[in-house]
Amino acid sequence: MTYANNLHPQQGEKMVFDANPVLNERVTHYCPGCHHGIAHRLVSEVLHELGVADKTILVAAVGCSTFTYDYFNVDSVEAPHGRACAVATGVRRARPEAVVFTYQGDGDMAAIGMAESLHAANRGEKITTVFINNTVYGMTGGQMAPTTLIGQKTTTTRHGRNFSNEGGPIRLTEIMAGLQGVAYAARCALDSVKHVRKAKKAVRLAFDVQLDGLGFGFVELLAGCPTNWHMDPIAANKHIATDMIPIFPLGVFKDVKET
Amino acid sequence: MNTEQMPDRILVKGNEAVAYGAVDAGLRCYFGYPITPQNEIPEILSELLPEHEGVFVQAESEIGAVNMLLGAGACGIPAMTSSSSCGISLMQEGISYMAGSHVPGIIVNMSRGGPGLGDIGPSQGDYFQAVKGGGHGDHRNLVLAPSTAQECYDFMFKALDLAFTYRNPVMLLGDAIVAQIKEPVRRVPPAGTRTPEYLQSLVEDQRIEGYGARGKNARPRLLKSVYLAEGALAEHNRLLQRKYADMRKEALFDCEDVDDAGLVVVAFGSVGRIARSAVRQLRKAGHRIGLFRPVTLYPFPDEALSALARGRRFLVIEQNIGQMAEDVRLAVNGASPVLWHSVMPGLFIGANELVEPILQALNG
Amino acid sequence: MLRYQDVIIAGFGGQGVMLIGNLLAQASMEQELEVTFIPVYGVEMRGGTANCTVVLDSLPIGSPLVREPMSTVVLNEPSLAKFQPRLRKDGVQIVNASLIARELVDTTIRTVYIPAHDIAHGIGNVKLTNMVALGAWLKATDALPLKAVREALHRVVSAHYAKLIPINAVALEAGYNFADSYAHKNTQN
Repeated sequence: MTYANNLHPQQGEKMVFDANPVLNERVTHYCPGCHHGIAHRLVSEVLHELGVADKTILVAAVGCSTFTYDYFNVDSVEAPHGRACAVATGVRRARPEAVVFTYQGDGDMAAIGMAESLHAANRGEKITTVFINNTVYGMTGGQMAPTTLIGQKTTTTRHGRNFSNEGGPIRLTEIMAGLQGVAYAARCALDSVKHVRKAKKAVRLAFDVQLDGLGFGFVELLAGCPTNWHMDPIAANKHIATDMIPIFPLGVFKDVKET
Repeated sequence: MNTEQMPDRILVKGNEAVAYGAVDAGLRCYFGYPITPQNEIPEILSELLPEHEGVFVQAESEIGAVNMLLGAGACGIPAMTSSSSCGISLMQEGISYMAGSHVPGIIVNMSRGGPGLGDIGPSQGDYFQAVKGGGHGDHRNLVLAPSTAQECYDFMFKALDLAFTYRNPVMLLGDAIVAQIKEPVRRVPPAGTRTPEYLQSLVEDQRIEGYGARGKNARPRLLKSVYLAEGALAEHNRLLQRKYADMRKEALFDCEDVDDAGLVVVAFGSVGRIARSAVRQLRKAGHRIGLFRPVTLYPFPDEALSALARGRRFLVIEQNIGQMAEDVRLAVNGASPVLWHSVMPGLFIGANELVEPILQALNG
Repeated sequence: MLRYQDVIIAGFGGQGVMLIGNLLAQASMEQELEVTFIPVYGVEMRGGTANCTVVLDSLPIGSPLVREPMSTVVLNEPSLAKFQPRLRKDGVQIVNASLIARELVDTTIRTVYIPAHDIAHGIGNVKLTNMVALGAWLKATDALPLKAVREALHRVVSAHYAKLIPINAVALEAGYNFADSYAHKNTQN
């Protein structure tokens, strides 16, 4: 379904914010207030600015972001749940001239796919991974994620996540930063304009290290899931600022270009 | 062919022959995780592929390996993985995705005894897993069963051809015997071999590469196996079934002394060659007996078997507790008796161990 | 012209049974024969013996595994215990007299009872026991010319050990000659 006509200036209207050719004009399936849309926009802007969309291959994950490929105007391949970094390894090795990125949620990347994620990073695969952390399984209906906060109620932690039973939230960016093959690792948030601007820079740097052949580029984006958090979008943004960021501190944890 | 014109033979293990065959056939990428009894495959390829500007990656697991294969296959690049039974079980999800996304690739299973950790001895216990799909959903792998080191070499060419012709996973199903046996191998491409460049051109309209590579007005391309719209998955499955029907013409088998035989032994892979010795021995003793060796296990050569059914009985011998016997019965469809003898997985048997059960079937 | 021959070669791990199996297979191939070599892995490896089976024929080979071999080369007692009962009644076995007591040898079976270890020691290296035994086997079975096996050493012995090829050839010959005179002695008896 496209709304191409509606997206362009009608009579008397002035263009203040243009569509991005790397993102198509399809309406997304994401819930209102979900931050996937912002994350998509950031990645597509970076690909557009770098002028590499026509040689980019997206490896899509499983979760809410399964259908990422419906929105990006790039060649794409679907990976089994958790295996995006392994598939991306195969793609990158088979097509060394391509720009390759994965776009994965917290369950896909840090639970079922932890081994593939860490080993691709440790090998220094020249790929970029955009990791969306919203502390919950979105597509399957709000179950616990490896990043779920202590005390957070989900459909499988009905009494709240309890460290003695479920362990604590995984801080993946810090782990990534400790691996030799990782060239860039940063955590950003999508809860405010200021943070979104910073996130854009981080996404760009995570692609730059790939294009420069320096290694694995990793960016974690703290994102809101109003639906499964049972909050309105504004409250969800506040939740990121007050509850998530203290547990998942923002910043650049590794940048080989800076050291 | 005149022997003087033939190139020198090299004495290599079945595993080594797989590696040499892969490189000679045009393999570009290998992804795998060590497991006995197939380790010579990754060991040799780790040396050869980089020397031929190819890619070798030791993956973190068989799950990693098969998904790297999916990635490279999606790019339309000749790629393979290899493992043994337990590792192949771990790969099934990825194989199903490959089948569902029409991704070419080669999976070598030098199988071992099971279930569970089993042993590293000879076994054909993975027959069902290989030929009935193995992973979830209605999918099929093309399956080749080598019985000699030479076939290990030759079948890598065949496997690559089939994978790209049908855009489908192809499995080479061997065992500890064919993996570890050392035999003379002629390292020359089999007759009818098509170039890797030609094979890759067969998937030009499907591979991912970055749409810019396809010219100015190219549209982005997507390889996927998910079809959620109403009726879309049904259509996808119909397409797959048409492809599997097309594959039927690829059935291959090896036949010996069946014309006047009253009893035909049916056996594949290593057991197929051991049975050949037993059949020859009994034939010399005057028994009217023949051998039928399926070379492709999927598609199963059922038409050829069915054509033999009139006036002949069959004895299926396999090193498992009765798997191919079911396909033989389906092929024969009641037209003649199908007997069955099981060799327990893990045993090392020679031809003499098969003589007695064959004699029993002859007299029975 | 050889029609068919098979042999199981067995001994302790480290006695070089795989090496002489490989050498025999390589030489057979170079003689334009069909040949299979298969090392048998399994629990018995931990029981102290390693073994391999070599089958040679002028026709394509069916079974590479043999339950009742036509010949054996046994370098230690556990291997004799395992394979002597399986040897065909008209077969021949090469028995390492240096490590295997004579009373264990079945007198109804044609046997070359050769002090392979001692002969190797005399040549200058006990690691040549395997070559001495293979030399004896070549004479006892007449399966391949000694020269063919001697030549094949150049393909089987790694470059690192190439300087040891001549002494390996001496060991092969010593075993061959022992079996030759042994056969004469037995005929005269």
